[in-house]
Amino acid sequence: MDQAHDTVVLQGHIIDSLILAKVLDTILMMGGTFDLTDVRIGVTREEPSSARIVVRASSVSLLKDILAAIQPHGASVEREDDCSLELAPADGIFPEAFYATTHLPTQIRVKGQWIDVEGIEMDVGIKVDDRRLRATAVPMAAVIRDDLIVTGRRGVRVVPLARPKERDVFGFMESQVSAERPHTHIIVDVARRMKHLREEQSQGIPGCKVLLAGGPAIIHAGGREALTWLIEKGFIHVLFCGNALAAHDLEADLYGTSLGYGLSAGRAVPHGHEHHLRTINRIRAIGSIKTAVESAVIQNGIMAACVRKSVDVVMAGTIRDDGPLPGVITDSMAAQAAMRSAIPGVGLALLVASTLHAVATGNLLPATVPMVCVDVNPAVPTKLADRGSFQAVGMVMDAASFLRELARELGWKP
Amino acid sequence: MEAMSRLLVCPPDYFGIEYEINPWMRLANRVNPEAAARQWHQLMRVFEEDVGVLLERMTPVPGLPDLVFTANAGVVAGTRAVPSRFRYPERRREEAYFEEWFRAHGYEVVTLEPGLYFEGAGDLLGFSDGWFGGYRQRSEIRAFPVLSALFNQEVIPLELIDSRFYHLDTCFCPLSGGDLMYFPPAFDRYAQAVIAERIGASRRLIVPEHEALRFACNAVCVGKHVVLPTGCPETAAELLRRGYQPHPVPLDEFMKSGGSAKCLTLALD
Repeated sequence: MDQAHDTVVLQGHIIDSLILAKVLDTILMMGGTFDLTDVRIGVTREEPSSARIVVRASSVSLLKDILAAIQPHGASVEREDDCSLELAPADGIFPEAFYATTHLPTQIRVKGQWIDVEGIEMDVGIKVDDRRLRATAVPMAAVIRDDLIVTGRRGVRVVPLARPKERDVFGFMESQVSAERPHTHIIVDVARRMKHLREEQSQGIPGCKVLLAGGPAIIHAGGREALTWLIEKGFIHVLFCGNALAAHDLEADLYGTSLGYGLSAGRAVPHGHEHHLRTINRIRAIGSIKTAVESAVIQNGIMAACVRKSVDVVMAGTIRDDGPLPGVITDSMAAQAAMRSAIPGVGLALLVASTLHAVATGNLLPATVPMVCVDVNPAVPTKLADRGSFQAVGMVMDAASFLRELARELGWKP
Repeated sequence: MEAMSRLLVCPPDYFGIEYEINPWMRLANRVNPEAAARQWHQLMRVFEEDVGVLLERMTPVPGLPDLVFTANAGVVAGTRAVPSRFRYPERRREEAYFEEWFRAHGYEVVTLEPGLYFEGAGDLLGFSDGWFGGYRQRSEIRAFPVLSALFNQEVIPLELIDSRFYHLDTCFCPLSGGDLMYFPPAFDRYAQAVIAERIGASRRLIVPEHEALRFACNAVCVGKHVVLPTGCPETAAELLRRGYQPHPVPLDEFMKSGGSAKCLTLALD
């Protein structure tokens, strides 16, 4: 729900006089809600108290009515200022006092108007086009000299997330991560969301894409078939991975191994350690994964399903990569930009068995997108859950078990 | 505020009804100047002779019929005076005269910003340990934190919800000794709860509606003396029972303007 809100200040002898109680009662009785952001109680009888109250309403006109009703009791709308703007001194450099974003929905005030910051993500700046009254989140590296950048905190407001409407695992505002918690109900809820998103997407409703960021453990541990099935059935629309996930998936198709281990036999195959190198070399010779799939060199697996289903794949390289495969972006900033441009439209993110890609994806996502982070190492889900978003669910669990259970819940019959 | 030894008053030479700014005022309801003068002088005689109060008389000004209601001059505590900022333009012309009087008599005058309505002791009354401010009809609640800081006094705002009781002093009268004479329905339920919380049941004298409408609460209490309008026998009897000495004075001519004994005086120290 797009809510209207304003901050009012109340001061004086507002506690014993029940003026604060009356103002809060009035807000609620009229159908609004409030957050008491700052309450100072006078220490002596003579000393005044004060309260800052964020008043919220479902519409601008209701907010206006509420403000009109509480103003006679001393609630005065906090004086609002435009945000301050400074020119970027050079390419890739913010002005010294730049405003650093959070991943929560953010608004800035320009020429007396509150406007939404587009593409919000954490730890970036805000660029303003003051003629068209538009504001966008901008990463440091993407700043161009003389861009107008928001500085200081004046005229910037962060909108706390409303509790999600769905009464499922994402709605409980809990961020504790534990290996001891049962997983089944979480997976059932995630599956229900994915089913719902796929239906909505088929009706052309925007914001219904499902993103999966994954590591090679998915292949090693035996989650390849389940993930392939999920992609083929149209449950996954964006894939973030590195060189390894793709290489081992392709290796499995060509050699039946993952990093030299026979996937069905479950033991090392002679000279198996060469398989992934030979796979990468083969694809490099063909030119691209897409061509390899289209020419039937690669027939099954995750990457093949992605090509057939036109999944948006971003492969980001790292310094220990072999090859890499064609299509792997080895410039980190370019990879980050490619991931960023694939994020609009994502309505659910599954971060599975990859510290690097999970954290990078988590940083790029606005808090409004629910996330599920699955890893056998509790540190990863904990790190993501600690971002302060109550729509993040962490699970300490093996990647393959998660994907297989999830696919089964969605109708997969292995 | 409980021991008043000096009161500011203004003779009713130009008193009359020249506009309508409260439900009591009707232009058709003409004031009888002789009767008004007679009632005012009788009130002064009671103050000076029966109660033993020193009166400071302001010079009346032609064209300012309500200057007689000196309770609305401002508020005075110690050597400091804050003149009123009237809500209605009809009375705003009085501000300069009241301010001038305070300055001429050696008060340190602190003025409120224009537009911050505050109608003096008509809306600010109290006990020695805490003041109460009436708002919503005439004074604005925002004036009270300013006054609280100026006088280093707690000021509890009370919402007035009945336009017939448009100033706090028309329905709320602190008495010496900590008793309170008041008319609860003039206040919203939060204010009623606050009053009940602050002042114990045995100390609250609730005025019946028919006497509240005769402005029984618009009384002046000096020591054990309570000067109030005539026609309030139940209130007078209750005051007597509680050890006060009631002094009923006929003030009907001033009721035509919505004022009575208290409105005609300002406590100076």
